Amino acid sequence: MRRITRDRVLSISLIAPSILAVAVLVYGLIAWTGFVSTTKWNSLTPDYTSVGLDNFADIFNYPRFQLDLRNTVVFTVFFVLASLAIGLFLANLLDRKIRGEGVFRSIFLFPMAISFIVTGVVWKWLLTPSAGVNLLVGLDPATNRWLTDPTVLHLPTGTILNDIGLGFLATNQWGVPIALLSVVIAAVWQLSGFVMALYLAGLRGIPDELREAARVDGASELRIFRHVTLPLLTPVTVTAVIILGHISLKIYDLTVAMSPTGVGFSTDFPATYMWQTAFFANQFARGAAVAIVMLVLIATLIVPYLIWNRRQEISR
Amino acid sequence: MSGAVIEERAPAASAVVRSPGPSPLRRLSRLTIYGALLVAAVFYLIPVYLLVLTGLKGQTEVTLDRMWTLPQTLGFASFTEAWDALSPNFLNSVKVAVPAALISSFVGSINGYVLAKWRFRGSETLFTLILFGMFIPYQAILIPLVQLEANFGLYGTIQGLVLIHIIYGIPITTLIFRNYYVAIPEELVEAARIDGAGFTSIYRYVLLPLSVPGFVVVLIWQFTSAWNDFLFAATLTSQPNWPVTVALNNLAGSFSVAWNVQMAGSLIAALPTLLIYVLLGKYFMRGLLAGSLKG
Repeated sequence: MRRITRDRVLSISLIAPSILAVAVLVYGLIAWTGFVSTTKWNSLTPDYTSVGLDNFADIFNYPRFQLDLRNTVVFTVFFVLASLAIGLFLANLLDRKIRGEGVFRSIFLFPMAISFIVTGVVWKWLLTPSAGVNLLVGLDPATNRWLTDPTVLHLPTGTILNDIGLGFLATNQWGVPIALLSVVIAAVWQLSGFVMALYLAGLRGIPDELREAARVDGASELRIFRHVTLPLLTPVTVTAVIILGHISLKIYDLTVAMSPTGVGFSTDFPATYMWQTAFFANQFARGAAVAIVMLVLIATLIVPYLIWNRRQEISR
Repeated sequence: MSGAVIEERAPAASAVVRSPGPSPLRRLSRLTIYGALLVAAVFYLIPVYLLVLTGLKGQTEVTLDRMWTLPQTLGFASFTEAWDALSPNFLNSVKVAVPAALISSFVGSINGYVLAKWRFRGSETLFTLILFGMFIPYQAILIPLVQLEANFGLYGTIQGLVLIHIIYGIPITTLIFRNYYVAIPEELVEAARIDGAGFTSIYRYVLLPLSVPGFVVVLIWQFTSAWNDFLFAATLTSQPNWPVTVALNNLAGSFSVAWNVQMAGSLIAALPTLLIYVLLGKYFMRGLLAGSLKG
């Protein structure tokens, strides 16, 4: 056993640099960002005078950041739901002995291999009102303005909402910007194939006996899908929601290439705001505050997932 | 499911399942299924079609109102112009992505080996803590990272960017290798140990020879992430050290650059990773599935 001890020292010393790097450059720098977010450093030269949570109060009171949060919610909901639906649908189509399955799979998944910047540039031109998709399928550029559409769909400003004290729901702040949906299309184009791959792997992992047993019991195919297949795919769905969700909460490259802020901040996101605040306007403390908000949003999604994952592994 | 490859079902089992059932979905004829798949394929391929179409057109045909018309004369002017603008940055991307991928894979392999075969007290918790690093929004470390790189004289340099990709690649590369090595039977390691092999020789003679697929997955993954990265590059480098993604975004944001040149530039920027995907798609897929942890 003594010899193993020497190996143990060797093993730990080989992994130590990576542990140190992650400790300093992930956790350490997060802590430093957190510290910066409580300081006065809102000009080029660092000023670490503490201002408490003033920077957070500032950004939450700033209309642009409020719209960014709205956009994040709207984008996440549409993007995640659409990607899940398309991915599950395509996986189900492919899971029925399709000739050329490999070719279809490759076609659906290839956007994952390319940069969000490329996707953004190409879709920007595809959604140019005077050309692109409008020209291809003969849509009127005046009514189909895609990324340049300033419209924000929201609940009608009716008296009922006002009467019950929910009048604020009928404002742009709580609406769905049309331009944002164009970004959703591009993001779904890029990532729905990945969801397809996850679901397909999940479907292939379900033993046929389970569905066969239900079939023998006389269950219809739809019922089997609803009550046998879908529940068994729950872990896949959870994974897909987490992966897509965290991508969506920090979306940056795609929107920067497609439509950096958009008309009336309709395609602006916390990440866009963070970068411009910190690295254009040199308001580093405020930028750090935005970054911390992003981190908290993502951590509430990721941390339970990591713990769940670990438990699953231990129970195995 | 990590590391899983999407395999076809065994024919014997599927023969039973595939018998046409009464489900609404299944009731759709095979033709409808293929029809739906083709429509989906068109949706995914349209941007590629447009990229190629535009790139091949002569300079006189690239007006927006003729976006979808087939080229009357073949011309590569868009590509030459885009290449002239992007080639130095394309080379920068190579200089970033290749070393980052190579070094990352070795770091990941060692870490994965330790975490899979030399577990110590708390190593599983440590692993989870490392994993968190691959999900964080990099915005949360970007401001101090700029300060840090500036202090070490790395700010703006290609070496600095390579280092950043290696470090923030530690979680994913460790994850892929760790799960890859966990799947290698403990008996193999135990047998080597009984034969007197220690840490180094077990790695060298037992695991490394079995690691080729793992290395391919990680190399592809890291090359693709480094090549496609925009946030780190845009923040930590400046022209002339920009990689191709930042240069392309700059090109596309400029009103003086014609759209056809932007399209050709996009194809140029996408080509290396697309090529890898076409040639080594299976390994790319494995990396993707591993990146989603267990599923």
